[in-house]
Amino acid sequence: MTVIERPLVETVRRPLRGGTRLATPQWIAAAPFFLYVGIFLLLPTAIVAGGAFIDGKGLSLSNFATMNQRFVINAFINSVVLSAISAIIGAVFGALLAYAVATGNPNGVFRRLVSSACGVLAQFGGVTLAFAFIATLGSAGLITLWLQQHGMRIYANGVWLYQLRGLVLVYTYFQIPLMVLVFLPALDGIRPQWREATESLGGGTWHYWRYVAGPLLAPAFLGSTLLLFANAFSAYATAAALINQGSIVASLLIANTLTSEVGLANPGIASALALVMVVIVAIVMVLYTVLQRRTARWLQ
Amino acid sequence: MTTAVAAAGVGTATRAGVEIRLENLRRRYGAVTALDGLTLTLAPGELVALLGPSGCGKTTALRLLAGLEEADGGRVVIGGHDVTGLPANKRDTGMVFQAYSLFPHMTAWENVAFGLQMRKIGAADRRRRAIETLELVGLGGFANRYAHQMSGGQQQRVALARALAIRPKVLLLDEPLSALDAKVRVRLRDEIRRVQLDVGITTLFVTHDQEEALAIADRVGVMQSGRLEQVGPPTTIYSRPATPFVAEFVGLTNRLPGIVRGGQVEVRGTSLPLVQPDAADGAAVALVRPEAVTFASDNETAAGPLVGTVIAVAFLGATSRVTVDLGDITVLAQLATSEAAAHPAGTRVRLALRPDAVLIARETTGATSA
Repeated sequence: MTVIERPLVETVRRPLRGGTRLATPQWIAAAPFFLYVGIFLLLPTAIVAGGAFIDGKGLSLSNFATMNQRFVINAFINSVVLSAISAIIGAVFGALLAYAVATGNPNGVFRRLVSSACGVLAQFGGVTLAFAFIATLGSAGLITLWLQQHGMRIYANGVWLYQLRGLVLVYTYFQIPLMVLVFLPALDGIRPQWREATESLGGGTWHYWRYVAGPLLAPAFLGSTLLLFANAFSAYATAAALINQGSIVASLLIANTLTSEVGLANPGIASALALVMVVIVAIVMVLYTVLQRRTARWLQ
Repeated sequence: MTTAVAAAGVGTATRAGVEIRLENLRRRYGAVTALDGLTLTLAPGELVALLGPSGCGKTTALRLLAGLEEADGGRVVIGGHDVTGLPANKRDTGMVFQAYSLFPHMTAWENVAFGLQMRKIGAADRRRRAIETLELVGLGGFANRYAHQMSGGQQQRVALARALAIRPKVLLLDEPLSALDAKVRVRLRDEIRRVQLDVGITTLFVTHDQEEALAIADRVGVMQSGRLEQVGPPTTIYSRPATPFVAEFVGLTNRLPGIVRGGQVEVRGTSLPLVQPDAADGAAVALVRPEAVTFASDNETAAGPLVGTVIAVAFLGATSRVTVDLGDITVLAQLATSEAAAHPAGTRVRLALRPDAVLIARETTGATSA
């Protein structure tokens, strides 16, 4: 009789903590990213959150008392309005452009051109974008002067480029391409069979959009619009480069409160304002994530 | 199940199939001719399968009938009404697509009820009829599931229920089984046939799978290059193919060189009658089914034109497919497994050709098609 002293099949070594292996190659590869996120996102957020509740005397809510001052309320309202309008404009025009791309030849020049351009333009913000607009649509800009020569004075009632309306126009420049990038995958997930099924079941174009494509795309559209809102709400560099005076939006107000040149800097208040912004953006991003999950389930 | 059919109102008691006529349909895509004068009539309640290789025009024919594409010429007549100019949503057809056609944001019953909603049927009636039609396809318990919560076979059954719920005049099946695994495919194929017979609806079934077409259809239409090569009952298509293409596309065929002489073809010393007795004399290739090849009873394996060595035996269940090397050519024979088992690989055998009428092709190549 043969006695088997060793098991015929060796079992895999038991993983650590209920199935999670800690030292896998994926985690090692991702470590620099998590380190980066930890140092430049989580740590500053924690500092801001902590700083918001500390004043000269210790733990306090006094920094938030500024929130009921008129100029602060106005800055936040302006930020919300700017973000909402630029997000809606970006979402509508971006969705139309994405639809044109999605319904065209998948290997065509148009799709490749628009996709490449949007990839670049969605990141084209800050000083460069502000300069581009000043050079073309500023009070002495190329297009402004050309229009003047042809009898069209776009600044007859004041140079609005450096006001909220101007920011809407400039933000739209990167919002539309961003919308194309984030909404196109959802449009690509719409299957032609669904339209044909609608038709064979007796429905027309209206029914298709009302009952099929509309509900399927609505979460993706709303989610993308929220992303655009967050993108505009947290933008700073473009507004800072375009507007030299005043704090018409929240991000500029925080910067001015943090680094006042007239000795009024107050890091505690700046932290409180920043925390409010973080909370608003976090709420928007949570909603975005929920909507994206639904989109992914339907339009894979 | 019959009760469910009657309750759903889609049974033979409440409706009968209508005749469908496709008359000289033509369709081109740029320089490519997809349909080249297709004419086909489906009798009321009949299931016709269009069979052919990719690009033969079978799906185009179905889409023209559905109204999803416009014909360049010809007519589509459903139940005596010319619907050629009507859009898809006015043609009263139910269609099951290849896959992924269920609306993913709707439950199974909402999918099935969608067509009823388009017909402005009240919410309570819609739900009742949707559930009844789901029961017809055996999915009454899946009414509240979404597409992603069902298997591929279940999704296709829901798609079938959705197509039937509107009580269409025509049922169109566009390769509805091709995305399923083999076992599910066979089960669903039989299910489709059962439901189609229960409902009595005229049905056009498009497939590239010959086994599927032969198993499910009342008649099979074999297509090539936008034209119908042959239409007939499955047994006729298989045993009496009208053209070399049909003979080779449907089932396996041995291509054996021979000489046509006086209305017969002589193949390796055996004279076989011709399907086309008026064929001109001369060299030809006889298309011989593996079932028409047997082992000779005398077992004389001395030299001869049909003597060779078994090189492979493929077990298929009740029958086995034996490959025999005759020296200059290999021949397939389909035999009872018991007989094949007595001749394993390496055995010398003498074959015999059953004197069935065979089709000839004029090519002179002598390879075996398998």
